[in-house]
Amino acid sequence: MLQVSRSITVNCPREAAYEFWRDFENLPRFMQHLQSVTSAGNGLSHWVVKAPAGQEVEWDAELVDERPNERLAWRSAPGSDVEHEGSVQFRDAPGDRGTEIRVELRYDPPAGVIGSKVAKLFGEEPSQQVRDDLRRFKQVMEIGEVVLSEGSLEGVGEGPFKERPAQPPQPREMQR
Amino acid sequence: MKANCWMGKQKVEVRDVPDPQILNSGDAIVRITSTAICGSDLHLYNGYVKPMKKGDILGHEFMGEVVEVGSGVRTLKVGDRVVVPFTIACGACWQCRHQNWSLCENSNPNVALAEKMLGHSGSAGFGYSHLTGGFAGGQAEYARVPFADVGPLKIENGFSDEQVLFLSDILPTGYMGAEMCDIRPGDTVAVWGCGPVGLFAIMSARLLGAERVIAIDRFEYRLEMARQCGAETLNYETVDSVSDAVIELTAGRGPDSCIDAVGLEAHGDGLEYAVDKAKQALKIENDRPIALRQAITACRNGGTVSVIGVYGGLVDALPMGTVMNRSLTIKSGQCHVHRYMRPLLEHIENGDIDPTVVITHRMKLSDAPRGYDIFLNKQDGCEKVVLST
Repeated sequence: MLQVSRSITVNCPREAAYEFWRDFENLPRFMQHLQSVTSAGNGLSHWVVKAPAGQEVEWDAELVDERPNERLAWRSAPGSDVEHEGSVQFRDAPGDRGTEIRVELRYDPPAGVIGSKVAKLFGEEPSQQVRDDLRRFKQVMEIGEVVLSEGSLEGVGEGPFKERPAQPPQPREMQR
Repeated sequence: MKANCWMGKQKVEVRDVPDPQILNSGDAIVRITSTAICGSDLHLYNGYVKPMKKGDILGHEFMGEVVEVGSGVRTLKVGDRVVVPFTIACGACWQCRHQNWSLCENSNPNVALAEKMLGHSGSAGFGYSHLTGGFAGGQAEYARVPFADVGPLKIENGFSDEQVLFLSDILPTGYMGAEMCDIRPGDTVAVWGCGPVGLFAIMSARLLGAERVIAIDRFEYRLEMARQCGAETLNYETVDSVSDAVIELTAGRGPDSCIDAVGLEAHGDGLEYAVDKAKQALKIENDRPIALRQAITACRNGGTVSVIGVYGGLVDALPMGTVMNRSLTIKSGQCHVHRYMRPLLEHIENGDIDPTVVITHRMKLSDAPRGYDIFLNKQDGCEKVVLST
């Protein structure tokens, strides 16, 4: 089982952070392992993650707690391939410091092929990955997009070993 | 385009690389007219600031003309002439809102690495290792400038490149070093290092009202430049103990403030230098804090030590007992360049500061490797190299 709790402070009103997160279709904009989330109404959504070797793992999720501007919680529907649950809390930071966001995620991949794919998604440092996701959330909320450098064409979370030289990409690299 | 690339320890090459592209909506592309080699580039050149990758474009002091803007850019337009601050800052995070631009919370994609090494990350910077984000630098014909509405300063009057180029880094850095000293009437400020940043710290300390400035270096040509900027000078190779000599020059009080404009590759005499150098070679100490130790030791009781020289990692034998028992204040930081560009442009306009006096060498971009070599080895009276495209 994989369980992570991480937090970040974002310089935006609590309402704005909550509203953005409440639309689960926004999550892939900052959660790197998510390919897409499609809302089906009534608090139901369909999640697709990018698994290694270009494959996909997917499940349905339902919203199980919704306290406006305070907390959201969701979990995978009974019988899903991947048992997953998550929650996010929103709190005013002291003074003028914005909003504190604390995320808790739990994945319980089944044994077997799908399980090992999901486990691989998070690599050796799941806690760092979630931290990187929250960094991207902060960038999206504060400046509207994920910051890219010539070395990190994917933005936060590539790490120095995956980075390319700090040199403009070839046009064909950008088409990928 | 042509760009000066880091190719290994003490090896740079001007190579053909792809032209920059807009990667974020707030980017601008600048055609560079003038760019410079910074003393802190030598830390990359010598392999003390890491990690670097073969092919990294160096350079963080540059200016030029805007040739393209991203869809989100509001205030800059094609044709504008701009000086670009070396720190990359988003303008929206809590630190940027508090004018602490070199602590921007969003600009560095390599935040995780910086957090592991430093606890928290500072802002990104141009051409300054992957620790500060892996952004391509400005020793090139063109550069991509993120957050184009936040950083670049438009130059609208008829200043020459040489008059305004150093607003990108070394003039604000030297000025901030002096400002952190909180100079009061009658103060003596001592400045370790008479490289370009040290010279601007001297000029700024005078501008901010210091009664005396004592400048410390070992190269006579640099000490002469310091005298031209209004300092008394001390060649540290002529004395047994630098801190004793500085204390003696202030009749036993010590300078009210001490500025370290040297950083992690300090030189010195005797055993201390040999021990630090050996520890660096063995990789058990990253930085040689010789100037910093002297500054702390010499500083007057209750005084301020202002650190603008670059440090990368761990230092040994920092005299913390001196700091604590003598009520010293240490202030430091990568320069919050954005804060100082406009006021310093006014000082240039008023003739209070002439930044061009530090320039000793003018070369073409294609001569960058030679520029690094003579700057590193202090050949030919080299103080500051400006490259034109």
